[in-house]
Amino acid sequence: MSAPEAWRLSATALAARVRGGELAVDDAVEAGWRGPAGTWEAEVRAVVHADPAARAAARPREGPLAGVPVLVKDNICTTDYPTTCASRILAGYRPPYDATVVSRLRAAGAVVVGKGNMDEFAMGSSTEYSCYGPTRNPYDLDRVPGGSSGGPAAAVAYGLCPLALGSDTGGSVRQPAAFCGVLGLKPTYGRFSRYGLVAFGSSLDQVGIFARHTGDLAAAYAALAGPDPLDATTRPGEAPDVSGWRAGVTGLSFGWPANLWREGVDPEVVGGLEEAAARLERSGATRVTFDFLPGEYSVAAYYLVATAEASSNLARFDGVRYGFRHADSADLRALYTRTRSEGFGPEVQRRILLGTYALSAGYYDAYYLTAQRARTRIREEYRAAFARCDFLMMPAAPSLPFRLGEKIEDPLAMYLSDIFTIGANLAGIPGLSVPVGLSRAGLPLAVQMLGPEDGEPVLLRAAAVLEAGGEVARLEGEDTPEFAWPTKR
Amino acid sequence: MAIDRAEVERIAELARLEIAPERMGRMATELSAVLEFVAALGRLDLARLAPSTFAPAGTPLRADELDDRRIPAAEALSAATEHDDGFFLVPPIVENVNP
Amino acid sequence: MAYEAVIGLECHIQLATRTKMFCGCPAEFGAAPNSNVCPTCLGLPGALPRTNRAAVDAALRLGLAVGCELRPVSEFARKNYFYPDMPKNYQITQYDRPLCEGGALPVALEGGARRFGLIRIHVEEDTGKSFHPERHGDRPVSRVDFNRAGVPLLELVSRPDFRAPAECAAFLTALRRLVRWLGISDADMEKGHLRCDANVSLRPLGQEAFGTKTEIKNLNSIKGVEKGLHAEIARQRALLESGGRIEQSTLLYDADHDRLAVMRSKEYAHDYRYFPDPDLPLLVVEETWIEDARGALPELPWAREARFATQYGLPGYDAAVLTETRELADYYEDLARGLDGKLASNWVMTEVLRAVKEESLTLAAWSAKVPAGRLRGLLAKVAARELPGPLAKQVFAWMRDEDGTVDELLERHGVRAQGSVAELEPLVVAVIEAHPGPVAQYLAGKTATLGFLVGQVMKRSGGQAVPQVVRELLEAELARRSGS
Repeated sequence: MSAPEAWRLSATALAARVRGGELAVDDAVEAGWRGPAGTWEAEVRAVVHADPAARAAARPREGPLAGVPVLVKDNICTTDYPTTCASRILAGYRPPYDATVVSRLRAAGAVVVGKGNMDEFAMGSSTEYSCYGPTRNPYDLDRVPGGSSGGPAAAVAYGLCPLALGSDTGGSVRQPAAFCGVLGLKPTYGRFSRYGLVAFGSSLDQVGIFARHTGDLAAAYAALAGPDPLDATTRPGEAPDVSGWRAGVTGLSFGWPANLWREGVDPEVVGGLEEAAARLERSGATRVTFDFLPGEYSVAAYYLVATAEASSNLARFDGVRYGFRHADSADLRALYTRTRSEGFGPEVQRRILLGTYALSAGYYDAYYLTAQRARTRIREEYRAAFARCDFLMMPAAPSLPFRLGEKIEDPLAMYLSDIFTIGANLAGIPGLSVPVGLSRAGLPLAVQMLGPEDGEPVLLRAAAVLEAGGEVARLEGEDTPEFAWPTKR
Repeated sequence: MAIDRAEVERIAELARLEIAPERMGRMATELSAVLEFVAALGRLDLARLAPSTFAPAGTPLRADELDDRRIPAAEALSAATEHDDGFFLVPPIVENVNP
Repeated sequence: MAYEAVIGLECHIQLATRTKMFCGCPAEFGAAPNSNVCPTCLGLPGALPRTNRAAVDAALRLGLAVGCELRPVSEFARKNYFYPDMPKNYQITQYDRPLCEGGALPVALEGGARRFGLIRIHVEEDTGKSFHPERHGDRPVSRVDFNRAGVPLLELVSRPDFRAPAECAAFLTALRRLVRWLGISDADMEKGHLRCDANVSLRPLGQEAFGTKTEIKNLNSIKGVEKGLHAEIARQRALLESGGRIEQSTLLYDADHDRLAVMRSKEYAHDYRYFPDPDLPLLVVEETWIEDARGALPELPWAREARFATQYGLPGYDAAVLTETRELADYYEDLARGLDGKLASNWVMTEVLRAVKEESLTLAAWSAKVPAGRLRGLLAKVAARELPGPLAKQVFAWMRDEDGTVDELLERHGVRAQGSVAELEPLVVAVIEAHPGPVAQYLAGKTATLGFLVGQVMKRSGGQAVPQVVRELLEAELARRSGS
């Protein structure tokens, strides 16, 4: 494959060529920018901060991800690009430190090629609530890429880079991955460091990975996972070994909580799910059917816990030490209220208000504590399920990618688009969204798999089976199946 | 559970947000809708359950040793809109004292 | 109507750790503004806290010393409110599940010792410092320095068991001694290492129910605590006696003008929205840690004070002064080995403490200069009547500036160690008998002739005697003769 075509390569193949000297680092890093970005970026608008000089600054030739370009969501701190959470309140802010996940990426040889668009402070499911304007879905430019990590998902889908980092508080990696037809992994809570990830809901937030190939996901996971002394919530001990991702699914069982999609889910989404399940069965897995707690409870608990934590996490944005400060801040009260009211968009303000309410005197027990009790209940539900199967299958989202503007006026409808993903965040378990083809209208179809804590190896094995159409052996080096690239229409 | 405008004002004050009067009614309606939705949790039998704590082990403890994560003052200040002579500047803090 | 004051204290103790509570920045005082800051203590987006073990250990030590119940699993919580010197606009503290609960601090009062009960002791982080009002160009501004932000604090809350300001002052004095004793804080109130707020209410004597309380902030010295409380009690009493009602409020005490100012109640009607900090898993203190801390606990000041009184036969006052600090108590005990306890106590309380004060030394620096063993050598000679008091004090003065044992110092200064009582007394007697005229003059009141007699003794000693000693011996002998 010639240098100009390098953007089509998987991350591991690209890194192997860089290490072997067959591909110049520069050609590896710039492949996406010189290639598909020219076609797509002006319309998709996945990237909010790019800087050729920053890309050129590092030329790593070693490491498992040597020369691999990675787009990083705009809420993950990088010293060489601004980090603004797509919010006016952080306009122009450049952190003095790299997030731990960014340091680890760099240590593995990867190069950050820009910052990805997102819903402001990761609050949203469509990447429409961004101060930079929306990102569009490469498979249909009238539709949303999902969110909140819509920029990184869309960039991986159209070929800017083979890997990207997002963050997933209630599905913000898995849902956009599903909408953009790429793999999206949210690891077990505490497997990736949150140091340098701008907090939204601290007990739910995890950095996640977008990739086009299971092998790339495994390589990135291995580079990023593991305890970090800078984050007290990282899990102690070594991360599970994901190198066996090609082991197949023979002997594994998957849970099939069909009550969850009996109604309110797009039939094509259900169809994709059925087909994936059948493929896993043909590959040696067994299906275990049982009922599961309806997702509405998760959504309800989530919107109390996440907003409560957010209301406190976002208090630091006050115009004193960094970011936007309202020009007319004659007194302290004005400094705070004007800066925050103009700096935060309406959805962020709505969630801060909700979270403030849930924690405020007289409501704490009824809302915050009740939600945390419900969370315990939800964890028990998952624990019981994993006593019966190795992983769970369910949709990643109840619908196919929706149109821009379709849900922006109805917060509750937007919240419900996370109904299948939120549970994993509440329970702290890993979830993986896997593309399984295209709908009749050419939109990506996806399934989601959830595992017990540290269940990433099993999820990757299942993803590899789905990616390879059941023939895992195909997932070796050059024979990796070509990604189902979007076509411009 | 419905939230009225006075309640929105109270929590906006706590959150240091200013909701424009014309947006107030809508905000109250939207928040009320969400609260109505979360009331579903009341249908779960939660009485016997402890509130969730998310981390399995105890908090790791750091040895009392200096590290190298300090930021030079000039760099720390450079991100602020207003600073002078090594200090961050804010509008005057008045000790709210009645004479 | 007679009223009784009911007072509770809330004390903040800044810990003397090397680094801050939740990051590795220096916790030192006096650095250039905003130079001891990192992403965590500056509240930068994405930064996270990590707990300093030494701060927790300090809390455990204090908790054990005052007999608290220690929670094996406690919890950090966020206290949410906006203030410019709070980088995150929330403070990491403990709320529902503090590390230490209960316990009591023994306090020496005029009527005897009393134990004042505690509600809790917990760990938290300090805020930065703001300076106001100041000007920048033509505008009024406040300046903010975050060096102190994140420095570890212990918050100690007492039961409302105080009935008089003097009890509060004594409590703070005892607390200050204890935390210094344990080595967990410098407890310098001037520097804000020890800060105190008080809740005060009045109730008719004999009534059980509490009256409405006010909170006084800014009590930044022990004297200030006493004065501020007196002022507030007087204010409340006057109000009640004139038929008024106490409003629940927060007051600021202005020590310079001995004045209380009421802060606007609305501004301080906070709703702190406490909730468990999701960035910090539960704080687990294993039994072995508690046992280690217990084992490392020194003999506590009140126990040592009592022991000094009995073991060394000291008056209560001496025992209290000598146990003011652990270093002083150690010095005293080292010094007193093999000596009369009271003799050693007298020397420490007068000569040593005066010298330390004159030279502005820490006791550690003093001990390095005049180790207890060296001073013991001097006092042993005093006890054996080998050195008269004045010479002993002269030797002590030499000791402050020079190396050497007592004998070496005497030698160096040309004073024979034995040229004292035993040897000089015969000379003194001989001179008195050889010069009846001057003696008679002296005894008649012409004391100036003493100089002549001293000179004669000096001559007979071959210049080896110390004039002061000779003078003292002559005076004593002449006094004896005049009396007989």
